[in-house]
Amino acid sequence: MSFVKFESVSLAYAPGGANAIEEVSLDIREGEFVAVVGPSGCGKSTLMKLVSGLKPPSNGYVFVDGREVGGPLKIVGMAFQAANLLPWRNTLDNVMLPLEIVEPFRSNLKKEKAQYTADAEALLARVGLAGYGSKFPWELSGGMQQRASICRALIHQPRLLMLDEPFGALDAFTREELWCMLRDLWQEKPFTVILVTHDLREAVFLADTVYVMSKRPGRILVRKEIDLPRPRPLDVTYTDSFAAYVHELRDHIGRIRES
Amino acid sequence: MAIKTSTAIKAAPWLLTVAIFLVWEVVCSGLKIPDYLMPAPSAIWASGLEYGGPIMMHALQTLWTTLAGFALAVVVGMLLGLAVGASPLVYKACYPLLVGFNSIPKVAFVPVLVVWFGIGTIPAILTAFLISFFPVVVNVATGLATLEPELEDVLRSLGARRWQILVKVGIPRSLPFFFASLKVAITLAFVGSVISETVASNLGIGYLMMSASSSMNMPLVFAGLIVIGVMGVVMYELFALAERRLTGWAHRNPNAPG
Ligand SMILES: Nc1ncnc2c1ncn2[C@@H]1O[C@H](COP(=O)(O)OP(=O)(O)OP(=O)(O)O)[C@@H](O)[C@H]1O
Ligand SMILES: [Mg+2]
Repeated sequence: MSFVKFESVSLAYAPGGANAIEEVSLDIREGEFVAVVGPSGCGKSTLMKLVSGLKPPSNGYVFVDGREVGGPLKIVGMAFQAANLLPWRNTLDNVMLPLEIVEPFRSNLKKEKAQYTADAEALLARVGLAGYGSKFPWELSGGMQQRASICRALIHQPRLLMLDEPFGALDAFTREELWCMLRDLWQEKPFTVILVTHDLREAVFLADTVYVMSKRPGRILVRKEIDLPRPRPLDVTYTDSFAAYVHELRDHIGRIRES
Repeated sequence: MAIKTSTAIKAAPWLLTVAIFLVWEVVCSGLKIPDYLMPAPSAIWASGLEYGGPIMMHALQTLWTTLAGFALAVVVGMLLGLAVGASPLVYKACYPLLVGFNSIPKVAFVPVLVVWFGIGTIPAILTAFLISFFPVVVNVATGLATLEPELEDVLRSLGARRWQILVKVGIPRSLPFFFASLKVAITLAFVGSVISETVASNLGIGYLMMSASSSMNMPLVFAGLIVIGVMGVVMYELFALAERRLTGWAHRNPNAPG
């Protein structure tokens, strides 16, 4: 049974206008880690909006958890391409925002406030933001804001986690650290992940399946399963089979750019 | 250097005010302008002391009618602003009416109000209300209408309901607009209540000035003007302070409360 299913989905932002994505069909199992790569402007963020129900498709059908998506879903945690932290809340309150909305946390918030705060702080510490909870978003660097927004996507333990280029503004070391954090979280208690990225090594290291999208209008060109054994240590990125996967994906992207 | 500039900035408004009064005093006494045309600050001060009791009483009357009208304007303006800003339909329906209404000089309403409520306090409160609720509506509505869709999406992606989006992002996001409008509205409210008092009341600073001018007591008229001005500045500063404390995030104030 697929958890996320697209049936020839198209979306045009302006009614009757050009499609941002076109005829996209895909199947994602529950617990699968999916990465989506493709050239800039091909519709990756659009794909995310369709899965989370923020945008209805112009054509085709989107199913999540066996039901057609008719509006925003409650089982989703989403980190947007821009951090989108609320400027009037400090970092900790930003991270805890989902707990004020999503059940059962919302009802338990008063009772469990101390526990939830501790959870949020632990999560912040895990992305290297220990002690920054009381800072306001504008007091954080771009990469720190991104990390805080990842915490916000994770805090309510969503069944479907969507990350839109979450590590884009980070240096190579912090990025690899966060890869491992995400890998461990996912390994501890598998949930479904859709990760948009421009970094092919990131895609191969983390994902079970990588989708390659074409230039606008975005279509799915390639679906590649990554058969590296799990758990994957960071060293796997130096192996030949890893390099082979990255090369293959690179070739596909190169061909798209030439076309 | 930095400290010097900041004290200079703090002192500047006081210095300028004192300077203007000094020049005024010098000009009046130098040119020997009679008090019944243009009283000198010293004459105004003397008159203020002489009529201290009545001025106080009338000032309090004006203050409370103004605040009552202003409070009414804030409540109505906020509710209307929320409705107008949150719903495009209400926005389209209300805007022309609101703009048209706001173009009518509010003095024109005073006779109508007098017919309905008699002279005195109630027309003053209502005029203050009528003149000051518009900026509140417009600002609150603008704050809501210019909410970034990205911030809204953060809430929507969690499955939040409309009212939750309003409470968690719409209202906090429009608070800076709201406070900015309070500063404008409070000064307008003074205009409204004083206008109404001059035309149709036997209480309040407006009435005091009216009766003083009919007996050619110009120093008292000016004392009344200055009292209104001072009350306006004090209220304005109060709301400016509240604005800085409550919406420091919008001004990137590192001392903003958490
Ligand atoms: N809100 C919008 N209104 C109109 N057009 C949009 C909107 N958002 C995106 N588009 C268009 O849809 C296409 C796909 O955009 P999308 O943001 O999904 O690209 P992307 O693959 O995420 O790119 P990037 O890698 O640069 O983030 C683009 O051509 C863009 O111009
Ligand atoms: Mg994007």
